[in-house]
Amino acid sequence: MLSRRLFLKSTGLIGCSAAAHPILSSIAFASAPGENRLVVIILRGAMDGLDVFQPYGDPRLRKLRKTLSAGPENGALDLDGFFALHPRLEPLMPLWQAGELAFVPAVSTPYRDKRSHFDGQDMLEAGTGTDIDLRNQRDGWLNRLLQQMPGLRSETAYSVGVSDMRILDGPAPAKSWAPEAEFDLGPQAQRLLERVYHDDPLFRVAGGQAMEIAAEGIGRTVADAGPSRDVRALAKFAADRLNDQTRIATFSISGWDSHARQPQVLGRALDRLADAVLTLKQGLGANWSQTTVLAMTEFGRTVAENGSGGTDHGTGGAMLIAGGAVRGGRVVGRWPGLAEGDLYAGRDLMPMRDIRAYAAWALRDLFGLSRDALEQAVFPGLDMQDNPRILA
Amino acid sequence: MNFNPDIAAIRLGYGLSARVPPPQTADAFLRSVALSVPDDHAVSMDHVRAEQTMLSDLNSLRKKDPEAASVKEIRQQQRQMRIQSAEAVRHRFARAAGDPGGFGERLVQFWADHFTVSGGSPYHDLMAAAFVDEAIRPHLQGSFAQLMFAAETHPRMVTYLDQDRSFGPHSWLARRRKGRDLGLNENLAREMIELHSLGADAAYSQKDVRQLAKLLTGLSFHLRRDGNFRPVMAEPGAETVLGQQYGGDRPASLDDIRAVIKDLAAHPATSRHLARKLAVHFVADDPPQSLVDRLDATYRETGGNLPSLYAALLDGPELWRHFRQKVRQPFDFLVAALRALGLDQQRVLDLPMRQVNARLIRPLTNMGQDWAMPRGPDGWPEAAESWATPQGIALRIDWAMRQPRVLVPKLPDPRDFLQAALGETASEALKWAVPRAESAREGLMIVLASADFNRR
Repeated sequence: MLSRRLFLKSTGLIGCSAAAHPILSSIAFASAPGENRLVVIILRGAMDGLDVFQPYGDPRLRKLRKTLSAGPENGALDLDGFFALHPRLEPLMPLWQAGELAFVPAVSTPYRDKRSHFDGQDMLEAGTGTDIDLRNQRDGWLNRLLQQMPGLRSETAYSVGVSDMRILDGPAPAKSWAPEAEFDLGPQAQRLLERVYHDDPLFRVAGGQAMEIAAEGIGRTVADAGPSRDVRALAKFAADRLNDQTRIATFSISGWDSHARQPQVLGRALDRLADAVLTLKQGLGANWSQTTVLAMTEFGRTVAENGSGGTDHGTGGAMLIAGGAVRGGRVVGRWPGLAEGDLYAGRDLMPMRDIRAYAAWALRDLFGLSRDALEQAVFPGLDMQDNPRILA
Repeated sequence: MNFNPDIAAIRLGYGLSARVPPPQTADAFLRSVALSVPDDHAVSMDHVRAEQTMLSDLNSLRKKDPEAASVKEIRQQQRQMRIQSAEAVRHRFARAAGDPGGFGERLVQFWADHFTVSGGSPYHDLMAAAFVDEAIRPHLQGSFAQLMFAAETHPRMVTYLDQDRSFGPHSWLARRRKGRDLGLNENLAREMIELHSLGADAAYSQKDVRQLAKLLTGLSFHLRRDGNFRPVMAEPGAETVLGQQYGGDRPASLDDIRAVIKDLAAHPATSRHLARKLAVHFVADDPPQSLVDRLDATYRETGGNLPSLYAALLDGPELWRHFRQKVRQPFDFLVAALRALGLDQQRVLDLPMRQVNARLIRPLTNMGQDWAMPRGPDGWPEAAESWATPQGIALRIDWAMRQPRVLVPKLPDPRDFLQAALGETASEALKWAVPRAESAREGLMIVLASADFNRR
């Protein structure tokens, strides 16, 4: 040890290491803002809400969909006599019965007509309206939420996984990590790397966090083998962070783009979603009672089945809400109907409300943000209207 | 500004090689793109069809009579196909590692990403490899319209974007099989406009997508049927896409599809979209307008001649001025590391498959670039922030600590390695840090994990 200290002194490194050392600085943080927890799951690829929460009580559904979404007679689980839950979400039925699962059947972002996944996801994550050019939009709505939160620290919010989460991009500090990332560096190698990264802001921040988190060894999340192992690992890691100082976590589940063979495609994706929610619940233990999970997708799919046993890009879609903190066991928001005049552009489910309004009310009730801050800063230009009261 | 072979190889290729020097003039650099044509190891759809037909025959034999084909034979065939697709990946690494300038191989990567298809099963992995060898490599030096036609009509694109499941609502087949409710699938039509040609910002409507989807019907793929056009699936009558009418006066054929692709390729929005995309990929996430304008003008003046676009990238000051504004994607990072470590094409081909999996293919997945499995048809993200994330950097540090000593018999002196990897471009901080590492292993790690090496 002595020889290393001497070496460091002689190279002039000691001055820039101790004070700025990320591990040391993280110990001095103040307490986290409150005990409420939010998990946002982005479902990439456009989930078919009509198949996940099947409005089998509407006789038009059978005319529009010959093979898909056939309701309880095809194994779906009745929820309220009108909607039925896709059979692959059966593992979540106990949550519905316990009042910890709800859904909004017909929502969307303000994105309309072009039906591009990428623009749709960008708008969902940016949380902005159609008045702002998405290409110039660099921060996401979770980051703008952080900018409004007192007592913020970089651990407050985490994006988990190797995929890009624009929803958390922006100037407010937040962390990101993937459970796969692990390495072991000696202190000398670490200090040299810090020096090498010093003049490159991007690498300085990201590399600094990498070394900090790896040194703490918090990425060693082991999940049992199985097809949804990666998603369970993300959810387990998120739960561990949320049990500690983190209050907001976000990750994504892809694989929803069911243009063909929808039962298989959607079935696999729903298995992963169910596993993610149940892993969160299990991992959070007692903290589950203060947790709200919002699972959002960029848009819905066509009300009619297409020629290849699937559905194409649409407009209105569903949002899944789960958690011990929610007022579940119910359908939230209005149902537009499936008659020709009820549809958007004659082909899509009509969105009954801006999905951002639900997110905004959740943020108000979870973190106490003012309506002004939400309508002007977090979701600029949004009219929140009345409270849908998704929290218990 | 003067041509700098090292910077050209780092920015337009996969970095410097410890074995092969890059081409020394701009002309030689551009000419080297010709090296990236299909070679003896190219995967063909004929081959993929034969392998998959064998597998499918074995499966149906066994369905009829469990004695006729054993589970072992089926597994053996599946294994065979998995090995072949892993060999194709190894070959991609090997060609990129061995190419002197690397520009041709980067262009293969760029266009294969522009026209994203995915793998998944061993069958689809092999098809995706055939897509690169049949649709991309032969058309690197022609016009964009030729490349686009080859890409859109290739069996892997047709199946990836569900075109093989799209039936003209009034086609012969749909009328004959009324009960099955065969209809349109818009997937390929939408991505052709939004991603492959005009771009999402351009002026087009859902109606154009719908009309193009109708026009594309007939383009299909079936394992046991030759050809990629089935008139029985085609919607009869004319379609109007972006104000231009196609077909109608004669039976539907691939010619109508060729005509609409030619027009989409010639559209000014396509020129702008591709100009910007090339500039973003090769020069800067937020590219200088002068470069985008020059590429756009070149595209329009030459009718989308690809070699002219490549030359235009090298023409002005932007390539040299914006050095290190891009971050290497995981595949680029791994290939650049192989090159700096002195692994040439043959030495990568000689790597046992177990090593290829453990040192290259699995790390790619962990670093967020699962081979042939991008998140969606828009391909891999470009922004530096997408790759230089804490977890992304952690995985590169981890790779740099563990893998070099397994890939080469003896680790080079870190100072020599720094020179081999970055030439005269290394920063003072890196030159200062590398000799101070505690071991050769850590010295190499610092080079490979540095911002200098991870940017281009």
